[in-house]
Amino acid sequence: MALDGSKPQFKLLGTRPNRPDGLDKVTGRARYGADLNAPGQLHGAILRSPHAHARIVSIDASKALALKGVKAVVTRADFATGLTGDDWNMQENCMAGEKALYDGHAVAAVAATTPLLAKDAAKLIEVEYEILPHVTDVDEAMKEGAPVIRDGAADYSVPDGLHPNVVRYYENGKGDLEAGFAEADLIVERSFKTEAAHQGYIEPHACLAQLGTDGQGELWCCTQGHWFVRQMCTAALGIETSQLKVTPSEIGGGFGGKTTVFIDPVALALSRKAGGTPVKLVMSRSEVLRATGPTASASMDIKMGMTKDGRITAASGVFRMQGGAFPGAPVDVTTDLAFANYRIENVHHVGYDVMTNRPKQAAYRAPGAPMAAFACESVVDEMATKLGIDPLDIRLKNGVVEGDRSTYGPKVKKVGLIETLEAAKAHPNYAAPLGPNQGRGVASGYWMNWGGDTSASVAIGEDGAVAVTVGTPDIGGSRASMALMAAETFGIPYENVRVHIADTASLGINEPTHGSRATFASGLAVIQSAKECIQKMCVRAAEKWDIDPDAVTWEDGFAKPSGPNAGDFEPLSIAEIAGEMSDTGGPIAGHFEANPGKFGGSFGTHVVDVEVDPETGRTTILRYLVVQDAGKAIHPSYVEGQFQGGAVQGIGWALNEEYVYGPDGRLQNPIFLDYRVPVASDLPMIDTVIVEVPNPGHPYGVRGVGETGITPPLPAIANAVAAATGVRFTELPLSPPKVLAGIKAAKHA
Amino acid sequence: MSKIHVTTTVNGDEVEYLCDPRETLLDCLRDRVGMMGVKEGCGTGDCGACSVTVDGRLVCSCLMLGAEAEGKEIGTIEGMADGDQLHPLQQKFIEHAALQCGICTPGILVAAEALLKKNPDPTETELRYWLAGNLCRCTGYDKIIRAVMDAAADMREAS
Repeated sequence: MALDGSKPQFKLLGTRPNRPDGLDKVTGRARYGADLNAPGQLHGAILRSPHAHARIVSIDASKALALKGVKAVVTRADFATGLTGDDWNMQENCMAGEKALYDGHAVAAVAATTPLLAKDAAKLIEVEYEILPHVTDVDEAMKEGAPVIRDGAADYSVPDGLHPNVVRYYENGKGDLEAGFAEADLIVERSFKTEAAHQGYIEPHACLAQLGTDGQGELWCCTQGHWFVRQMCTAALGIETSQLKVTPSEIGGGFGGKTTVFIDPVALALSRKAGGTPVKLVMSRSEVLRATGPTASASMDIKMGMTKDGRITAASGVFRMQGGAFPGAPVDVTTDLAFANYRIENVHHVGYDVMTNRPKQAAYRAPGAPMAAFACESVVDEMATKLGIDPLDIRLKNGVVEGDRSTYGPKVKKVGLIETLEAAKAHPNYAAPLGPNQGRGVASGYWMNWGGDTSASVAIGEDGAVAVTVGTPDIGGSRASMALMAAETFGIPYENVRVHIADTASLGINEPTHGSRATFASGLAVIQSAKECIQKMCVRAAEKWDIDPDAVTWEDGFAKPSGPNAGDFEPLSIAEIAGEMSDTGGPIAGHFEANPGKFGGSFGTHVVDVEVDPETGRTTILRYLVVQDAGKAIHPSYVEGQFQGGAVQGIGWALNEEYVYGPDGRLQNPIFLDYRVPVASDLPMIDTVIVEVPNPGHPYGVRGVGETGITPPLPAIANAVAAATGVRFTELPLSPPKVLAGIKAAKHA
Repeated sequence: MSKIHVTTTVNGDEVEYLCDPRETLLDCLRDRVGMMGVKEGCGTGDCGACSVTVDGRLVCSCLMLGAEAEGKEIGTIEGMADGDQLHPLQQKFIEHAALQCGICTPGILVAAEALLKKNPDPTETELRYWLAGNLCRCTGYDKIIRAVMDAAADMREAS
């Protein structure tokens, strides 16, 4: 379904109405994962490994089961056997089998009549461990002699001679690297490291599960994608997908971290073991930090060459990605997107997916892209500085445009990188004067976006009101954008549309709200379904008027004769057609089931001003500008919100957030006090400019906007700190002690 | 273990519950009184999602025991609107798109209301420091700050 060129002027798209779920969410009525209770429910608690790596010798739950009110204990023995690949990884991560693979890995779970009793009972489960050597650093994990997390986990891609902890190898390139570097007047080569960061959603994972001994079950949970949850839970438990109905609660943030499961199969297993009694399971914050999420951490080597006038001649990168005790670090995305902003003839990248004794990494907003952007955009900035070229100009000179061959292979489609750079250059922030110890940083970033399996339905009510049903949970205002697109297509008021998020029994399969796909793919599905309704209503009008259906057009919520030749009839409103539908052929609804592939990527450019306190090393963000291509901003406030939220998550990752492991392999900072996400007093307002270069693959030009925004902040801030201090930092986060040490070292050098 | 009988006032209504001595006020408000708008984000007083007022003072309900509510006046998000009339803060949060997922919103609204009662005309900096105990992971705080400042201006005009 291509861009609808016939409708350049929109009545509703681009306006900012109140979101349909706003009232519920400001009054406390909205029901999130932990907000549903079932009559007679039990409460679950999970016992987790205190060791980074240990063989589970035995588990004795007799003391726990002896407590009055304890109804069930499950271990890995209560899950399906014989799983392979991603299903096995998911199951093993939810409940350890032979070994505990990281601090916080679940080893047993209990269900009891109260939450406190369940926690007490979990403590009474006795586990005998044989402690094994562990490794938590990516570079250490690749070295000869490093503890092997799991032999045989590597796939076919890994060349001979690498440590068994390297489980995937990825290589991509083109041109002649040697010739490219020979052409360069300046070559910069540097190594970079980023630490794991957590998605940090404020709502811990929570669910209410019921599974009978007949194999039929229901699950209520906070998730970005309940069909994914259904597939994973049924695989883990060995039941058919259709036997489990999953209903998504409102979701309290996800950012990628709620596209998989951690506790849901455990709660279902407990319920089954307790004879089908519902079990509620809610994670604590420390469980969230120890056993869910985080991103991969990365260790990277970058080499780039440039001519005196700022043309990039060659680029190469090595990316070692640590994804916890399982395969799956986003090594392909990291490598592919590393240099994706630029037109480079000669480029080569290599990626390693490396296992360590850490929690299984999960997707986090543009998974894999921010790390590579940090490394690559830092080097580009250093080269621009050395050559005395403006950092925006160097990007304007090398930035990709439609028709270029991308660094990772495909031809570049219609994109808006240059437009974001020009808008950044024209913004007053770029000309704001800077004082002592202050610096400005620039970086661009990219996310290719996604379409994915999408199913939606639009139904006309008896009064002409419209019910839109989608399968992508509303994580940041998507009900509003769905309602706007439906109302625009029908030509009816926004308020006449109600958007529902369906359970897994009510639509075909849907991928989660991930990959920046909801407004693009579910939006396209809603528009297409609405058009099917319109077509059916035009037929009803044609039959009533006894004219050819082709002689009926739809305009502003009315069926009308298409011209004087079609006949002279009073237009029929959607309400009039709907009121008669039972007598004119029955229900009117439209459906969409497909995986729209013409998603368009989104580029963004960020400009940040910082001040670094030379006494303490503390970095303060003075000004922050996000410029990003939205294709078409359906509800601009929520587009700005995505820009601002992505930028601030990036600020946290750049300045504060990190997983800190002790020598014992235990996570040292599993509470929000120590895992410090940005707070209101850390930040200025986040300025935004929405660039609109329409995506030709969407009827209204939409591009996904959610993920790109976290890609530029890491390098933009590092570049600003470099400008403020004269010191190039290559390891994140830029915490005050690290920056202070860097400043002091530079002074003594 | 024997339970403690508590009589307290929640949003102006007298309520009674029995609680385990270890249960937090947050647990009691959610599980015993049914105030599900009070959210748990951390359980350690770091995120502010469970913000309520106790005798007019802003507290993290996860840091107070349910038994300590005896004889107190508790205020939660459920008591913020006046019947069908939203509090100006609630209205401005919707208008400014100051929430995305909405899980932190009840706590932030309760905290912001507590500030405006003490200081009807806060500077942006004062507001940012007051709300520093309320984590929001979605918005980057920009629209939250704008919504509170706008509500405060309207409330000053109306008073």
